[in-house]
Amino acid sequence: MDAPETPKNYLTADYSIKSWLLTVDHKRIAVLYLVSITAMFLLGSAFAAGIRLELLTPRGDLFTSDTYNKLFTMHGIVMVFFFLIPSIPAVLGNFLVPIMIGARDLAFPKINLLSWYIYVIGATFAMFAMITGGVDTGWTFYTPYSSWVSHTNVTATAIGIFITGFSSILTGLNFIVTIHRMRAPGLTWFRMPLFIWAHYATSLVMVLGTPVIAITVALVGLERIFHLGIFNPQMGGDPILFQHLFWFYSHPAVYIMILPSMGVISELITCFSRKSIFGYSFVAISSLAIAFLGFIVWGHHMFTTGQSVYTGMIFSILSFAVAIPSAVKTFNWTATLYRGSLSFEAPMVYALCYLGLFTIGGLTGLFLATLGTDVHVHDTYFVVAHFHYIMVGGAILGYLGGLHFWWPKITGKMYPDGIARTAAIIVFIGFNLTFFPQFVLGYMGMPRRYHFYVDEFQVLNVLSTAGAGILGVGYLLPMFYFVWSLIYGKKAPANPWGATGLEWTTPSPPPTDNFAQTPVVTEDAYSYENLPVPTRASAV
Amino acid sequence: MSNHAAASLAHQHQFDDAEQQYEASTLGMWVFIVNEVMFFGAMICAYVVYRVVHPGVFEHASQQLNITLGLVNTTILITSSLTMALAVHGAQQGKRGQMLGYLLLTMVLGAAFLGIKGFEYAHKYSEGLVPGLNFTYTGPHADESQLFFSLYFALTGFHALHMVIGLGILGALFAVGARGMFSRDYHTPVEISGLYWHFVDIVWIFLFPLLYLLGLH
Ligand code: HEM
Ligand SMILES: [Cu+2]
Repeated sequence: MDAPETPKNYLTADYSIKSWLLTVDHKRIAVLYLVSITAMFLLGSAFAAGIRLELLTPRGDLFTSDTYNKLFTMHGIVMVFFFLIPSIPAVLGNFLVPIMIGARDLAFPKINLLSWYIYVIGATFAMFAMITGGVDTGWTFYTPYSSWVSHTNVTATAIGIFITGFSSILTGLNFIVTIHRMRAPGLTWFRMPLFIWAHYATSLVMVLGTPVIAITVALVGLERIFHLGIFNPQMGGDPILFQHLFWFYSHPAVYIMILPSMGVISELITCFSRKSIFGYSFVAISSLAIAFLGFIVWGHHMFTTGQSVYTGMIFSILSFAVAIPSAVKTFNWTATLYRGSLSFEAPMVYALCYLGLFTIGGLTGLFLATLGTDVHVHDTYFVVAHFHYIMVGGAILGYLGGLHFWWPKITGKMYPDGIARTAAIIVFIGFNLTFFPQFVLGYMGMPRRYHFYVDEFQVLNVLSTAGAGILGVGYLLPMFYFVWSLIYGKKAPANPWGATGLEWTTPSPPPTDNFAQTPVVTEDAYSYENLPVPTRASAV
Repeated sequence: MSNHAAASLAHQHQFDDAEQQYEASTLGMWVFIVNEVMFFGAMICAYVVYRVVHPGVFEHASQQLNITLGLVNTTILITSSLTMALAVHGAQQGKRGQMLGYLLLTMVLGAAFLGIKGFEYAHKYSEGLVPGLNFTYTGPHADESQLFFSLYFALTGFHALHMVIGLGILGALFAVGARGMFSRDYHTPVEISGLYWHFVDIVWIFLFPLLYLLGLH
């Protein structure tokens, strides 16, 4: 027994399978999520590869139209509902929220475990639907196509999404209560890490928005089973009402994907600039502002549905307003970088790539929020490029950056920094090569969701497919060196980056109860100015 | 202030003390209720939209509902809210008998509500007014009327599901309470279940006028 040197941590506390499947430790649940979400990411990526390969040529020579429709639908569903929405909250949030606020666990550990099981059951349902025929409605399930016309497995998929929604709701509920009631003594609201603020805002969106989509897809399911006509114009129903309800959730849902990522970026930028974040309280409040404004702009998805021009104008103006808090964050990050003593460890490289992609994604959102330009590029590849810049560029880079930052804490192992930095740059290059041509394609008029296109578009599509290949390499690399680090990686110290924050005061990996004694917080977040000169992780 | 000797027995490891646990559980239930409001809200929103789009049809269709039964059920539910409040009061005072008695009464009232609802459903079925199963209504605007009944069954069905879950919760409380698990110092589950029960009642207070009364002259 070498007990004194290696006290038990949450990973070594018990090795049995049962101890994992019945765990109520938020850290283990985070790991469970990490594994299942990674599997879903691989699946979603396989669908994406199929789409891009088909689009290499202007004719549908790889898949039939039916198969192609199913490919992009299932790609969207898997990526949005089963990867992007849970990614940061369920993995990094679960692991870090209690530790960062000095608590021993989330407020409701059993509900937390339940949320993972719900996720798995929901995902299984959706997988079942895909194996037994697939779905072809697009991830947006627009009626009456989804309720009336499509002969694919819409009902089973809808049930899967309905179920998974509860996992999101329960996670949000747990975070809200934990953040309100379980902060360590001295950790006032305005001393909380920005990661926590971001998760607080995200949780509000999860609790307020998710039920709306859950009931909406449930109604579509009921329509299919019982042939009701709630959204069917032939029976007096209104398909536009479906779109209102759908986007009332799904626009805020994009903030479920991006807000946590913004929280991660705030942590990375201050840490690797060795400066406290510029305008802390503005960044904190802007998360709440984004969450709030996110609920009143859904109509910008419906400019072309024939809603009245005044409605369109109002939604357009409101959408511009969302750009304000996003810009507040971006400018504050930039101001933090300015005159900081920057170091370019892998997490920081991911963060900087994030800044580039998120800015492009956000600015093109303004093009779309402008009525006139939207009518021109609506439902073209311009929109596809826009939301991929935000969701794939923004949300995933934040997720990867966060994983690299906290990987030593989660696993107790260091990964090779050089390869990790290279991977980030490969992702950045591959990403831009994939999606920038799509802005041009969309502007030139290539509609989304078609697998035939005019010959003139081929060059840009070939570029895009080539970029997707590079991007794929960039995504696969971390999987390899992360697994490598588990076996061969150097042991991680408690605080490899010299960062502030309670999570770095615990050993890596943390013990089951997180803290031997409840910590007492006496200073503001990010007081890097009081810290000694950084020791670079590679020198550890 | 709670009695710490007794209270420390009754809190889970992630909390510092029973008081923190109590506050967390209560807040958790409130957040859950807000989430539930959005569930019902989406459907009520759909209902209101269609009511505005097809005013005449909805008015006519809603007159097929039995207002007397609806009114009886409303009274039953309001009474059950009162008995639930008394059960919570009993638990707070540490009066086990009072708590159990009122819990039982609440369950009886809840079951009565569901019984009447079931009777109403059966009646609608026999009249051919259940969309998807046997909708044979032939009056004017049958399609739009089907819309009304779809929403009627969705809303009241979802509400009834909540009642069933509520009855399950009350049953569990009764079983646990009978074994003396609650005391003056520890009665959080009774309180937050009370919140849930009141919420389900309040939803009905909205559904009743929306579905039954709006078309009345
Ligand atoms: C902050 C993160 C953002 C995310 C994650 C995001 C995500 C998305 C997604 C997924 C879509 C496509 C929906 C579909 O499949 O039809 C979309 C479309 C759109 N986005 Fe964004 N977006 C973000 C920011 C913004 C901003 C800041 C604006 C405006 C100021 C904006 C305006 C729009 C508009 C108007 C559309 C609809 C375009 C159309 O269908 O014609 N977005 N966005
Ligand atoms: Cu939107």
